[in-house]
Amino acid sequence: MPDFEPRIVAFVCNWCTYAGADLTGTSRIKYAHNVRMIRLPCTGRIDFMLLLQAFGQGADGIIVSGCHPGDCHYTSGNFHARRRWMLFRRLLDFMGVDLRRVTFAWVSAAEGAKWAEIVNTAAADLRKLGPYDDFPKRFVEKVGLFTVHREGEAPAEPNVAARTQSAEVA
Amino acid sequence: MESLQKKARALLEAAAVKVVIGYTAGSDAERARPLFARFPEQAQQLIYDARCRQNLATYLLKPEVQALGKAAVVARPATLRTILQYAVENRLVDEAVLALAVGDAGEITELANFAALEEYLAKLPRGLTTAEEQEIARLTGMPLEQRWAFWHAELERCIKCYACRAACPLCYCTRCITDVNQPQWLPVASSPLGNLEWNVVRAMHLAGRCIDCGSCADACPEGIRIDLLNRVLAQEAQAQFGAEPGYSTRREYALSTFKPDDKEEFIR
Repeated sequence: MPDFEPRIVAFVCNWCTYAGADLTGTSRIKYAHNVRMIRLPCTGRIDFMLLLQAFGQGADGIIVSGCHPGDCHYTSGNFHARRRWMLFRRLLDFMGVDLRRVTFAWVSAAEGAKWAEIVNTAAADLRKLGPYDDFPKRFVEKVGLFTVHREGEAPAEPNVAARTQSAEVA
Repeated sequence: MESLQKKARALLEAAAVKVVIGYTAGSDAERARPLFARFPEQAQQLIYDARCRQNLATYLLKPEVQALGKAAVVARPATLRTILQYAVENRLVDEAVLALAVGDAGEITELANFAALEEYLAKLPRGLTTAEEQEIARLTGMPLEQRWAFWHAELERCIKCYACRAACPLCYCTRCITDVNQPQWLPVASSPLGNLEWNVVRAMHLAGRCIDCGSCADACPEGIRIDLLNRVLAQEAQAQFGAEPGYSTRREYALSTFKPDDKEEFIR
């Protein structure tokens, strides 16, 4: 699949990795554009449900990153997160989710180059693995005032617009 | 069985407890159902045999059961572990419940406090059974795609009845994540993604807490081996953190603590 460009969702902590990625940019380091970053206060906040939601909404790969052990802004958030990841990885593996699609990393605010390398490696690996079509998908639809969660592939854009309009008229 | 009935009768007559939670014959020959004996004459309905697999500790936290007063509970080893785990999670105070542990030969041991429970459990075998370990090893040994296909086919049968949640003694949140709809974390209907997410959530919320009673799989009307998800995490938590929930009131929940040198070879 030479033309496939993976969609990567990165869950990063506010204090280290987000600042580190900022440094990548200000250092003018060019890296794979496949990543969408989601900034959270701490790795301790990164609930495993967020990862499932990302896969469910079309991510081909996920990066989870935060402060190195001992550097947590909240002292111990990353230590707690690490224990949770250990168990979560075992469960995902047991259920047949490909762990090569989930990258865990420590990236400090000074490691702009490391961030670029992490994203580049993940993107290269995922290009080889291909899209994650096996994972069931969901999409969110606005119907009038309501947000409706549906499973399956999202319909093409015009459909959604038409349905929203008819709901508003009704 | 007679000794259990006699013991229950004596406890109720002496008003040492207000209710004895035990098993009685169910709707057919294969089933037992819980009995809440509040009067001495009800004690004769109690039974104890291979049908009695449900973890009765589940009822100890229900407000309507607590309103009855002090309870005695007919206990399998898993029920005793549940009571100790409740203690760790500050759900029960010491001596609030009288456990009637039933031994292999049907002998009844009265366990009035946590220390007695710990002592009793210390003499029993621990960990997963060989059959469970083999099943986990068999699945772990499968190629990745096959494992995914196996769980996909298994979870496809899930009808989202939440019987596993109702049967689990440690699923006691008054507001479960499945009941939350702003945001809607889990789709309400049974569907491939929703079933996968629900079972991951259930297993993860019990990781390091599950006392390995197997009630979830027993309760599953579709016969899905969801207990394996809990058991694989219990095995991992034991191997990594030495977690053995349900054996001591002094042990912490493995995921609310940490060691600076926890293994992290998977983190780049």
